[in-house]
Amino acid sequence: MRLTQGAFSFLPDLSDAQIRAQIEYCLKSGWAVSVEHTDDPHPRNTYWEMYGMPMFDLKDAAGVMAEIDGCRKTFPEHYVKVNAFDSTHGWESLRLSFLVNRPKNEPEFFLQRTEAAGRNVRYATVRRDVRAR
Amino acid sequence: MSARDSLPAQPSLDLEALYRDSNVRDALEALERELVGLAPVKTRVREIAALLLVEKLRRTVGLQAEAPPLHMSFTGNPGTGKTTVAMRMAGILHALGYVRKGHLVAVTRDDLVGQYIGHTAPKTKEVLKRAMGGVLFIDEAYYLYRPENERDYGQEAIEILLQVMENQRDDLVVILAGYKDRMERFFASNPGMASRVAHHIDFPDYAEAELLEIAERMLERMQYRLSDAARQALVDYIALRRTQPHFANARSVRNALDRARLRQANRLFARRGQPLATADLMTIDAEDIRASRVFRGGAGKGV
Repeated sequence: MRLTQGAFSFLPDLSDAQIRAQIEYCLKSGWAVSVEHTDDPHPRNTYWEMYGMPMFDLKDAAGVMAEIDGCRKTFPEHYVKVNAFDSTHGWESLRLSFLVNRPKNEPEFFLQRTEAAGRNVRYATVRRDVRAR
Repeated sequence: MSARDSLPAQPSLDLEALYRDSNVRDALEALERELVGLAPVKTRVREIAALLLVEKLRRTVGLQAEAPPLHMSFTGNPGTGKTTVAMRMAGILHALGYVRKGHLVAVTRDDLVGQYIGHTAPKTKEVLKRAMGGVLFIDEAYYLYRPENERDYGQEAIEILLQVMENQRDDLVVILAGYKDRMERFFASNPGMASRVAHHIDFPDYAEAELLEIAERMLERMQYRLSDAARQALVDYIALRRTQPHFANARSVRNALDRARLRQANRLFARRGQPLATADLMTIDAEDIRASRVFRGGAGKGV
Protein backbone atom coordinates (compact mmCIF):
# COMPACT_ATOMS: atom_id res chain seq x y z
CA MET A 1 0.00 0.00 0.00
CA ARG A 2 1.47 3.27 -1.08
CA LEU A 3 2.03 5.50 1.91
CA THR A 4 0.72 9.03 1.58
CA GLN A 5 2.30 11.27 4.17
CA GLY A 6 3.59 14.82 3.89
CA ALA A 7 3.55 17.06 0.86
CA PHE A 8 3.51 15.70 -2.71
CA SER A 9 2.66 12.20 -1.56
CA PHE A 10 -0.27 11.85 -3.96
CA LEU A 11 2.09 12.65 -6.83
CA PRO A 12 4.49 10.16 -8.34
CA ASP A 13 7.75 10.00 -6.36
CA LEU A 14 9.87 13.08 -6.88
CA SER A 15 13.02 12.73 -8.94
CA ASP A 16 16.32 13.88 -7.47
CA ALA A 17 16.18 17.02 -9.57
CA GLN A 18 12.74 17.81 -8.20
CA ILE A 19 13.85 17.11 -4.64
CA ARG A 20 16.80 19.43 -5.16
CA ALA A 21 14.52 22.16 -6.46
CA GLN A 22 12.24 21.82 -3.43
CA ILE A 23 15.23 22.05 -1.09
CA GLU A 24 16.52 25.09 -2.95
CA TYR A 25 13.15 26.68 -2.31
CA CYS A 26 13.36 25.84 1.40
CA LEU A 27 16.87 27.28 1.70
CA LYS A 28 15.88 30.39 -0.20
CA SER A 29 13.06 30.87 2.28
CA GLY A 30 15.57 30.60 5.12
CA TRP A 31 14.29 27.32 6.58
CA ALA A 32 16.52 24.81 8.32
CA VAL A 33 16.39 21.48 6.52
CA SER A 34 16.77 18.10 8.20
CA VAL A 35 16.59 14.45 7.13
CA GLU A 36 14.70 11.80 9.11
CA HIS A 37 13.98 8.12 8.60
CA THR A 38 11.87 5.36 10.11
CA ASP A 39 10.79 1.77 9.60
CA ASP A 40 7.51 2.43 11.38
CA PRO A 41 5.44 4.70 9.16
CA HIS A 42 2.30 4.47 11.27
CA PRO A 43 0.45 7.79 10.91
CA ARG A 44 0.54 8.27 14.68
CA ASN A 45 4.31 7.78 14.80
CA THR A 46 5.44 11.39 14.79
CA TYR A 47 8.91 10.62 16.09
CA TRP A 48 11.15 9.54 13.27
CA GLU A 49 14.89 9.01 13.74
CA MET A 50 17.07 11.97 12.87
CA TYR A 51 19.74 11.30 10.29
CA GLY A 52 22.39 13.73 11.50
CA MET A 53 21.69 17.18 12.86
CA PRO A 54 19.36 19.66 11.20
CA MET A 55 21.36 21.78 8.77
CA PHE A 56 21.58 25.50 9.36
CA ASP A 57 23.10 28.30 7.27
CA LEU A 58 23.16 26.27 4.07
CA LYS A 59 23.25 28.19 0.80
CA ASP A 60 23.03 25.31 -1.62
CA ALA A 61 21.03 22.08 -1.76
CA ALA A 62 24.12 19.97 -2.54
CA GLY A 63 24.80 19.43 1.16
CA VAL A 64 21.27 18.17 1.85
CA MET A 65 21.33 15.95 -1.24
CA ALA A 66 24.52 14.33 0.06
CA GLU A 67 22.78 13.66 3.40
CA ILE A 68 19.74 12.20 1.65
CA ASP A 69 21.93 9.92 -0.41
CA GLY A 70 23.79 8.86 2.71
CA CYS A 71 20.54 8.07 4.50
CA ARG A 72 19.14 6.13 1.54
CA LYS A 73 22.34 4.12 1.32
CA THR A 74 22.35 3.33 5.05
CA PHE A 75 18.62 2.58 5.29
CA PRO A 76 17.44 1.53 1.83
CA GLU A 77 14.35 -0.17 3.30
CA HIS A 78 13.28 2.75 5.47
CA TYR A 79 11.07 5.69 4.77
CA VAL A 80 13.14 8.85 4.50
CA LYS A 81 11.70 12.33 4.69
CA VAL A 82 13.00 15.85 4.42
CA ASN A 83 11.74 18.45 6.89
CA ALA A 84 12.07 22.21 6.58
CA PHE A 85 11.74 24.20 9.79
CA ASP A 86 10.85 27.88 9.78
CA SER A 87 12.20 29.68 12.84
CA THR A 88 10.59 33.07 12.16
CA HIS A 89 8.59 34.44 15.04
CA GLY A 90 5.01 33.34 14.80
CA TRP A 91 5.77 30.28 12.69
CA GLU A 92 8.37 28.35 14.64
CA SER A 93 7.26 25.09 13.11
CA LEU A 94 7.70 22.81 10.12
CA ARG A 95 6.79 24.49 6.87
CA LEU A 96 7.39 21.59 4.54
CA SER A 97 7.89 17.88 4.93
CA PHE A 98 8.00 15.31 2.18
CA LEU A 99 9.09 11.74 1.56
CA VAL A 100 12.21 11.08 -0.49
CA ASN A 101 12.55 7.33 -0.07
CA ARG A 102 10.19 4.42 0.51
CA PRO A 103 10.90 0.68 0.90
CA LYS A 104 10.25 -1.75 -1.89
CA ASN A 105 7.58 -3.55 0.07
CA GLU A 106 5.43 -1.04 1.85
CA PRO A 107 3.45 -2.13 4.91
CA GLU A 108 -0.32 -2.05 4.84
CA PHE A 109 -2.64 -0.45 7.35
CA PHE A 110 -6.26 -1.19 7.91
CA LEU A 111 -8.98 0.36 10.02
CA GLN A 112 -9.90 -1.82 12.95
CA ARG A 113 -13.36 -1.27 14.32
CA THR A 114 -14.01 -2.24 17.94
CA GLU A 115 -17.30 -2.16 19.68
CA ALA A 116 -17.03 -0.74 23.20
CA ALA A 117 -19.49 -0.37 26.02
CA GLY A 118 -22.85 1.10 25.11
CA ARG A 119 -22.54 0.29 21.40
CA ASN A 120 -19.73 2.88 21.13
CA VAL A 121 -17.42 2.31 18.18
CA ARG A 122 -13.69 2.78 18.52
CA TYR A 123 -11.30 2.84 15.60
CA ALA A 124 -7.63 2.02 15.36
CA THR A 125 -5.22 2.11 12.45
CA VAL A 126 -3.45 -1.22 12.56
CA ARG A 127 -0.43 -2.29 10.59
CA ARG A 128 -0.75 -5.51 8.67
CA ASP A 129 2.63 -7.04 8.04
CA VAL A 130 3.12 -7.75 4.36
CA ARG A 131 5.39 -10.68 4.96
CA ALA A 132 2.94 -12.28 7.40
CA ARG A 133 0.19 -12.65 4.86
CA MET B 1 44.26 15.58 -43.89
CA SER B 2 45.23 17.53 -40.82
CA ALA B 3 43.03 17.75 -37.78
CA ARG B 4 42.23 21.32 -38.58
CA ASP B 5 40.78 20.51 -41.97
CA SER B 6 38.55 17.85 -40.55
CA LEU B 7 36.76 20.27 -38.24
CA PRO B 8 33.20 20.97 -39.30
CA ALA B 9 32.48 24.48 -40.48
CA GLN B 10 31.41 26.65 -37.59
CA PRO B 11 29.85 30.03 -37.32
CA SER B 12 32.55 32.28 -35.87
CA LEU B 13 32.45 32.21 -32.09
CA ASP B 14 32.28 35.41 -30.16
CA LEU B 15 34.37 35.29 -27.01
CA GLU B 16 34.03 39.03 -26.63
CA ALA B 17 30.24 38.80 -26.51
CA LEU B 18 30.41 36.03 -23.94
CA TYR B 19 32.74 38.15 -21.84
CA ARG B 20 30.53 41.18 -22.20
CA ASP B 21 27.33 39.35 -21.35
CA SER B 22 28.56 37.48 -18.31
CA ASN B 23 28.93 39.84 -15.38
CA VAL B 24 32.46 38.60 -14.90
CA ARG B 25 33.69 41.76 -16.53
CA ASP B 26 32.30 43.88 -13.72
CA ALA B 27 33.86 41.58 -11.16
CA LEU B 28 37.26 41.66 -12.88
CA GLU B 29 37.20 45.39 -13.37
CA ALA B 30 36.22 45.92 -9.76
CA LEU B 31 39.13 43.73 -8.73
CA GLU B 32 41.47 45.78 -10.88
CA ARG B 33 40.12 49.11 -9.71
CA GLU B 34 39.45 48.56 -6.05
CA LEU B 35 42.49 46.58 -4.98
CA VAL B 36 45.84 48.35 -4.84
CA GLY B 37 48.94 46.59 -6.18
CA LEU B 38 48.87 42.76 -6.17
CA ALA B 39 49.84 42.61 -9.85
CA PRO B 40 50.73 38.87 -9.91
CA VAL B 41 47.49 38.00 -8.15
CA LYS B 42 45.38 39.97 -10.58
CA THR B 43 47.14 38.36 -13.54
CA ARG B 44 46.46 34.92 -12.16
CA VAL B 45 42.80 35.68 -11.48
CA ARG B 46 42.43 36.98 -15.04
CA GLU B 47 44.03 33.80 -16.38
CA ILE B 48 41.62 31.63 -14.43
CA ALA B 49 38.69 33.70 -15.66
CA ALA B 50 39.93 33.37 -19.24
CA LEU B 51 40.24 29.61 -18.87
CA LEU B 52 36.69 29.30 -17.59
CA LEU B 53 35.34 31.53 -20.33
CA VAL B 54 37.04 29.48 -23.01
CA GLU B 55 35.75 26.29 -21.41
CA LYS B 56 32.26 27.76 -21.51
CA LEU B 57 32.64 28.59 -25.18
CA ARG B 58 33.97 25.11 -25.92
CA ARG B 59 30.91 23.65 -24.26
CA THR B 60 28.59 25.71 -26.46
CA VAL B 61 30.08 24.11 -29.59
CA GLY B 62 30.06 20.64 -28.11
CA LEU B 63 33.78 20.24 -27.54
CA GLN B 64 35.03 18.24 -24.61
CA ALA B 65 34.99 20.68 -21.73
CA GLU B 66 35.54 19.30 -18.29
CA ALA B 67 35.33 21.84 -15.52
CA PRO B 68 38.94 22.26 -14.41
CA PRO B 69 39.69 21.73 -10.73
CA LEU B 70 40.00 25.15 -9.15
CA HIS B 71 41.14 24.49 -5.62
CA MET B 72 43.70 27.15 -4.74
CA SER B 73 46.32 28.04 -2.24
CA PHE B 74 46.91 31.66 -1.30
CA THR B 75 50.23 32.32 0.34
CA GLY B 76 51.54 35.57 1.67
CA ASN B 77 52.30 37.60 4.74
CA PRO B 78 49.50 38.82 6.97
CA GLY B 79 47.45 41.72 5.67
CA THR B 80 48.27 41.20 2.00
CA GLY B 81 44.65 40.77 0.97
CA LYS B 82 44.20 37.00 0.86
CA THR B 83 40.71 37.02 2.38
CA THR B 84 39.64 40.01 0.28
CA VAL B 85 40.77 38.34 -2.93
CA ALA B 86 39.09 35.09 -1.87
CA MET B 87 35.85 37.00 -1.48
CA ARG B 88 36.29 38.51 -4.96
CA MET B 89 37.20 35.09 -6.31
CA ALA B 90 33.89 33.71 -5.07
CA GLY B 91 32.11 36.49 -6.94
CA ILE B 92 34.08 35.91 -10.13
CA LEU B 93 33.54 32.15 -10.08
CA HIS B 94 29.85 32.76 -9.51
CA ALA B 95 29.70 35.19 -12.45
CA LEU B 96 31.33 32.53 -14.61
CA GLY B 97 28.87 29.92 -13.45
CA TYR B 98 31.55 27.73 -11.90
CA VAL B 99 29.95 27.82 -8.44
CA ARG B 100 26.21 28.04 -8.04
CA LYS B 101 25.82 30.52 -5.17
CA GLY B 102 29.10 32.40 -4.84
CA HIS B 103 29.28 32.85 -1.09
CA LEU B 104 32.44 32.58 0.96
CA VAL B 105 32.71 30.52 4.12
CA ALA B 106 35.88 31.45 6.01
CA VAL B 107 37.06 28.95 8.62
CA THR B 108 40.13 28.06 10.64
CA ARG B 109 41.28 24.86 12.31
CA ASP B 110 38.88 25.31 15.22
CA ASP B 111 35.86 25.15 12.91
CA LEU B 112 36.95 21.89 11.31
CA VAL B 113 38.70 19.86 13.98
CA GLY B 114 36.81 18.40 16.92
CA GLN B 115 37.91 17.87 20.50
CA TYR B 116 37.24 14.20 21.01
CA ILE B 117 36.93 11.02 18.99
CA GLY B 118 33.95 11.18 16.64
CA HIS B 119 33.62 14.94 16.86
CA THR B 120 35.74 15.90 13.86
CA ALA B 121 33.87 14.22 11.02
CA PRO B 122 30.44 15.78 11.71
CA LYS B 123 32.06 19.14 12.36
CA THR B 124 34.04 19.13 9.12
CA LYS B 125 31.08 17.84 7.14
CA GLU B 126 28.85 20.56 8.54
CA VAL B 127 31.28 23.23 7.40
CA LEU B 128 31.58 21.59 3.98
CA LYS B 129 27.81 21.47 3.61
CA ARG B 130 27.59 25.14 4.48
CA ALA B 131 30.23 25.98 1.89
CA MET B 132 28.65 24.00 -0.93
CA GLY B 133 27.71 26.11 -3.89
CA GLY B 134 30.41 28.58 -2.91
CA VAL B 135 34.00 28.89 -1.75
CA LEU B 136 35.49 27.41 1.42
CA PHE B 137 38.36 29.57 2.67
CA ILE B 138 40.60 27.82 5.19
CA ASP B 139 42.84 30.36 6.87
CA GLU B 140 46.17 29.13 8.21
CA ALA B 141 45.47 25.71 6.77
CA TYR B 142 48.79 24.27 8.00
CA TYR B 143 47.44 24.12 11.54
CA LEU B 144 45.26 21.24 10.34
CA TYR B 145 48.34 19.07 10.22
CA ARG B 146 50.17 18.62 13.50
CA PRO B 147 52.90 16.05 12.95
CA GLU B 148 54.13 16.34 16.54
CA ASN B 149 50.95 14.64 17.77
CA GLU B 150 50.12 11.49 15.89
CA ARG B 151 46.68 11.28 17.47
CA ASP B 152 45.73 14.78 16.41
CA TYR B 153 42.29 14.92 14.80
CA GLY B 154 43.48 17.34 12.11
CA GLN B 155 44.45 14.43 9.90
CA GLU B 156 40.85 13.21 9.93
CA ALA B 157 39.61 16.64 8.82
CA ILE B 158 42.19 16.66 6.00
CA GLU B 159 40.99 13.26 4.79
CA ILE B 160 37.34 14.32 4.67
CA LEU B 161 38.34 17.51 2.93
CA LEU B 162 40.35 15.63 0.32
CA GLN B 163 37.46 13.32 -0.38
CA VAL B 164 35.05 16.18 -0.97
CA MET B 165 37.62 18.18 -2.97
CA GLU B 166 37.97 15.22 -5.28
CA ASN B 167 34.39 13.93 -5.55
CA GLN B 168 32.33 17.09 -5.34
CA ARG B 169 34.37 19.44 -7.47
CA ASP B 170 31.22 20.96 -8.95
CA ASP B 171 29.88 21.77 -5.53
CA LEU B 172 32.62 23.79 -3.95
CA VAL B 173 36.02 25.39 -4.38
CA VAL B 174 38.50 25.18 -1.52
CA ILE B 175 41.04 27.93 -0.95
CA LEU B 176 43.82 27.25 1.53
CA ALA B 177 45.63 30.28 2.86
CA GLY B 178 48.62 30.99 5.04
CA TYR B 179 52.25 32.02 5.30
CA LYS B 180 54.31 30.86 2.38
CA ASP B 181 56.99 28.80 4.09
CA ARG B 182 54.56 27.00 6.39
CA MET B 183 52.16 26.27 3.54
CA GLU B 184 55.03 24.75 1.59
CA ARG B 185 55.87 22.50 4.50
CA PHE B 186 52.17 21.60 4.82
CA PHE B 187 51.97 20.58 1.16
CA ALA B 188 55.24 18.69 1.38
CA SER B 189 53.88 16.55 4.20
CA ASN B 190 50.43 16.15 2.59
CA PRO B 191 51.08 15.09 -1.01
CA GLY B 192 47.40 14.25 -1.47
CA MET B 193 46.51 17.83 -0.73
CA ALA B 194 49.30 19.22 -2.92
CA SER B 195 48.16 17.24 -5.94
CA ARG B 196 44.59 18.44 -5.62
CA VAL B 197 45.43 22.11 -5.36
CA ALA B 198 45.90 23.34 -8.90
CA HIS B 199 46.60 27.01 -8.39
CA HIS B 200 49.20 28.44 -6.08
CA ILE B 201 48.99 32.19 -5.83
CA ASP B 202 51.61 34.16 -3.94
CA PHE B 203 50.65 37.52 -2.47
CA PRO B 204 53.58 39.96 -2.43
CA ASP B 205 54.09 42.50 0.33
CA TYR B 206 52.87 46.00 -0.43
CA ALA B 207 55.32 48.77 -1.27
CA GLU B 208 55.22 51.90 0.86
CA ALA B 209 53.47 53.93 -1.85
CA GLU B 210 50.83 51.21 -2.15
CA LEU B 211 50.24 51.21 1.59
CA LEU B 212 49.73 54.97 1.49
CA GLU B 213 47.22 54.57 -1.30
CA ILE B 214 45.41 51.88 0.65
CA ALA B 215 45.27 54.21 3.64
CA GLU B 216 43.81 57.00 1.56
CA ARG B 217 41.17 54.71 0.10
CA MET B 218 40.20 53.46 3.52
CA LEU B 219 39.86 57.02 4.78
CA GLU B 220 37.84 58.03 1.77
CA ARG B 221 35.43 55.20 2.40
CA MET B 222 35.08 56.28 6.02
CA GLN B 223 34.70 59.92 4.89
CA TYR B 224 37.84 61.22 6.49
CA ARG B 225 40.71 63.05 4.91
CA LEU B 226 44.33 63.73 5.70
CA SER B 227 45.77 67.20 6.02
CA ASP B 228 49.01 67.70 4.08
CA ALA B 229 51.07 67.47 7.22
CA ALA B 230 49.19 64.33 8.22
CA ARG B 231 49.95 62.72 4.88
CA GLN B 232 53.66 63.33 5.43
CA ALA B 233 53.29 61.95 8.93
CA LEU B 234 51.63 58.84 7.54
CA VAL B 235 54.44 58.37 5.01
CA ASP B 236 56.93 58.51 7.86
CA TYR B 237 54.73 56.25 9.96
CA ILE B 238 54.57 53.56 7.28
CA ALA B 239 58.30 53.68 6.65
CA LEU B 240 58.97 53.27 10.37
CA ARG B 241 56.28 50.71 11.03
CA ARG B 242 57.54 48.41 8.28
CA THR B 243 60.82 47.97 10.07
CA GLN B 244 59.19 47.06 13.36
CA PRO B 245 58.03 43.61 14.44
CA HIS B 246 54.50 42.28 13.85
CA PHE B 247 54.02 44.36 10.75
CA ALA B 248 50.89 43.16 8.96
CA ASN B 249 50.76 45.22 5.78
CA ALA B 250 47.31 46.66 5.10
CA ARG B 251 45.99 45.45 8.43
CA SER B 252 48.61 47.52 10.28
CA VAL B 253 47.61 50.52 8.22
CA ARG B 254 43.98 49.97 9.07
CA ASN B 255 44.79 49.71 12.77
CA ALA B 256 46.90 52.86 12.59
CA LEU B 257 44.03 54.72 11.00
CA ASP B 258 41.59 53.47 13.60
CA ARG B 259 43.84 54.78 16.34
CA ALA B 260 44.31 58.07 14.50
CA ARG B 261 40.53 58.46 14.45
CA LEU B 262 40.49 57.82 18.16
CA ARG B 263 43.06 60.53 18.77
CA GLN B 264 41.27 62.93 16.45
CA ALA B 265 38.04 62.42 18.34
CA ASN B 266 39.88 62.95 21.58
CA ARG B 267 41.49 66.13 20.26
CA LEU B 268 38.12 67.52 19.19
CA PHE B 269 36.59 66.53 22.47
CA ALA B 270 39.33 68.31 24.42
CA ARG B 271 38.48 71.61 22.83
CA ARG B 272 34.73 71.29 23.03
CA GLY B 273 32.91 74.56 23.48
CA GLN B 274 34.68 76.06 20.50
CA PRO B 275 32.79 76.09 17.21
CA LEU B 276 33.44 73.11 14.92
CA ALA B 277 33.07 72.85 11.14
CA THR B 278 32.32 69.72 9.12
CA ALA B 279 35.88 69.92 7.83
CA ASP B 280 37.18 69.61 11.39
CA LEU B 281 35.23 66.41 11.88
CA MET B 282 36.65 65.01 8.66
CA THR B 283 40.26 66.01 8.90
CA ILE B 284 42.94 63.91 10.50
CA ASP B 285 45.90 66.05 11.51
CA ALA B 286 49.59 65.31 11.75
CA GLU B 287 49.47 65.25 15.55
CA ASP B 288 46.89 62.45 15.45
CA ILE B 289 49.39 60.27 13.66
CA ARG B 290 52.62 61.50 15.22
CA ALA B 291 51.32 60.65 18.68
CA SER B 292 51.72 56.98 17.80
CA ARG B 293 54.09 54.77 19.74
CA VAL B 294 55.75 53.89 16.48
CA PHE B 295 57.50 57.25 16.47
CA ARG B 296 58.83 56.63 19.93
CA GLY B 297 60.96 53.70 19.02
CA GLY B 298 58.52 50.94 18.58
CA ALA B 299 55.21 49.40 19.14
CA GLY B 300 55.10 46.66 21.70
CA LYS B 301 52.55 44.05 20.96
CA GLY B 302 49.04 44.18 19.65
CA VAL B 303 49.84 46.23 16.58
